[in-house]
Amino acid sequence: MPKMNIEQITDKLGFGPDKVYAVMGEFSDPHDLVHAGRKIREMGYTKIDALSPFPVHGIDAAIGVPYSKLGWIVISIALCGGATALLLQWWCGTQNYPLVIGGKPLFDFSFSIPITFELTVLFSAFASVIGMFTLNGLPRLYHPSANYRMAHRATDDRFILLVEADDPIFNPQITTEHMKSVGAGTVEVVVG
Amino acid sequence: MADIAIRQDPQLMATNPPLVRADSYHDLTEQISTIIEGDVFKTPLKYWITLSVTGSIVLLLGAMLTYLVSTGIGVWGNNRPIGWAWDITNFVFWIGIGHAGTLISAILFLFRQKWRTSINRSAEAMTLFAVACAGIFPLFHTGRPWRAYWLFPVPNTDLNMWQNFRSPLIWDVFAVSTYGTVSALFWFTGLVPDLATIRDRATTKVKQWVFGFLSLGWRGSARHWSHYEVAYLILAGISTPLVLSVHSIVSFDFATSVIPGWHTTIFPPYFVAGAIFSGFACVMTLLLIARWALNLQNLITIKHLENMNKIILVTGSIVGYAYCTEFFIAWYSGGVYERFTFVNRAFGPYAWAAWTMYSCNVFIPQLYWFKKMRTSIPVMFVISITTNIGMWFERFVIIVTSLHRDFLPSSWGYFKPTWVDICTFTGTIGLFLTLFLLFARFLPMIAMSEVKGVLAKEKQLFAKETVGHH
Repeated sequence: MPKMNIEQITDKLGFGPDKVYAVMGEFSDPHDLVHAGRKIREMGYTKIDALSPFPVHGIDAAIGVPYSKLGWIVISIALCGGATALLLQWWCGTQNYPLVIGGKPLFDFSFSIPITFELTVLFSAFASVIGMFTLNGLPRLYHPSANYRMAHRATDDRFILLVEADDPIFNPQITTEHMKSVGAGTVEVVVG
Repeated sequence: MADIAIRQDPQLMATNPPLVRADSYHDLTEQISTIIEGDVFKTPLKYWITLSVTGSIVLLLGAMLTYLVSTGIGVWGNNRPIGWAWDITNFVFWIGIGHAGTLISAILFLFRQKWRTSINRSAEAMTLFAVACAGIFPLFHTGRPWRAYWLFPVPNTDLNMWQNFRSPLIWDVFAVSTYGTVSALFWFTGLVPDLATIRDRATTKVKQWVFGFLSLGWRGSARHWSHYEVAYLILAGISTPLVLSVHSIVSFDFATSVIPGWHTTIFPPYFVAGAIFSGFACVMTLLLIARWALNLQNLITIKHLENMNKIILVTGSIVGYAYCTEFFIAWYSGGVYERFTFVNRAFGPYAWAAWTMYSCNVFIPQLYWFKKMRTSIPVMFVISITTNIGMWFERFVIIVTSLHRDFLPSSWGYFKPTWVDICTFTGTIGLFLTLFLLFARFLPMIAMSEVKGVLAKEKQLFAKETVGHH
């Protein structure tokens, strides 16, 4: 691998102080965030996001966050879990090492229920947690939104609205004005 | 702020008291975060004294297990015919304790019980620690814990065969290990947003690194929350049947045998009710101490405690009903051995244990029919402890009295615990308390992000009500 300095690496990843990430503004009430988000979306922006200390009701519809597809991932992994358990018990009991114990059948659906159920649950739990973090792009070491002056309050008591720079109608000056017009405080053009 | 005035309006408070009292989201963050952010060296001395006492008990546990492994399980009082004694009693006891945590985090979530948010984090932590304590007993009862991988279908060259999947004991291995893993995942998922809060408030480089690492880069984006809420719902949805299955499967260890007193179909629901009963009592004991020591009266209110006491009353009564059913069925079945076992249980050599159990589990919780008792802190503290004594005795009674006199009088026996039995059980209590103390000091004990959600709803509700009234 050729030698790269830190600037080249951040450049490749699309970060850096010369790149605009978004225009960000903050609210102190979740309802104001939802109202402002809806207005910003009505102005034609599509790359909108919100940062909040807890899930805010109505924000998904207001800024156009699609419903999570996590459920489909989990159900498919869950079925794999159940199939794995049945296959394990059937193969171990009848194919690999048949052993008669207490005159019971080598394999039967009745006695394989508990283990099948448990493995289904185990697989679904891993699928939902790992799937959730993967869909969220986590874990990650760096995100430019952290450069916003109020970003640390997004996990405390502030509700942040942002329009990303790759939005087709994004313009640092105009978007800043738009953000101010919907009532956001501390509006900033965030780089990183 | 307007909503502070609304909150203090006495008329409104009387008709619809708020679940949590905090003036703003920031106050809530402050209150919870400052508990864990203080300088470690400035932690009150009483914390270190308590921790050193419980820590010493953990050392005792280590010593007992070392002694057991180096000598053999003969150091326990298990004998013939009582091959399962304190070890399995303690195992079932600890697993049962854990069940309340999952009930609070999963089942009450599905029923949209908002009051759970103040207590779910500590209850889930308690679940994890209880499962850790539970695991010790069957593991060391095998006598060769270094062969623990034989319990799992891991291909290996020294066992050279598979587990017997027809046996409830292997079901139990799967149930308990799944339960422990899923509880840990659920707990961690709930923690991530709060860890991010601590990360963003961190003042030292070390804390920034540690909490930055643990919070996985969480930033509370609307997209994050969208996936997060679905993940949480799924985890709650699968944990609900899971928690019911775990104690059902634990009860299969007994119910699928032929021992009178064990061989009953009532065991699964009866065990689950008992588990929730004892678990809630244990949450109560820990929360009352934490609430007092950390001044959390505004977040863990009498309303929360009263709700928990109602659950204790319901589950305690279900347990009482199960006791009656067992006696009725023993008589109605006409089986002489079945009848003998139950008469022997109540009036035989272990009658003292049985009556401790009936008193603690059935009679004493009936006090909770009275609101005065449900809302009295000293009363609920005492009942939370007697309940756990009672529930420990329930497992002891089921296991030991059923085994000590079975079909053949020539093989009757009596079980007495040895000092190793007693010290090992005490040791697990020490381990449980030590882990809980460390958790309360170093991780957010109350789910900030969830309580803030409840606070937001209440603000909205109160704003509407005041508009309506004036």
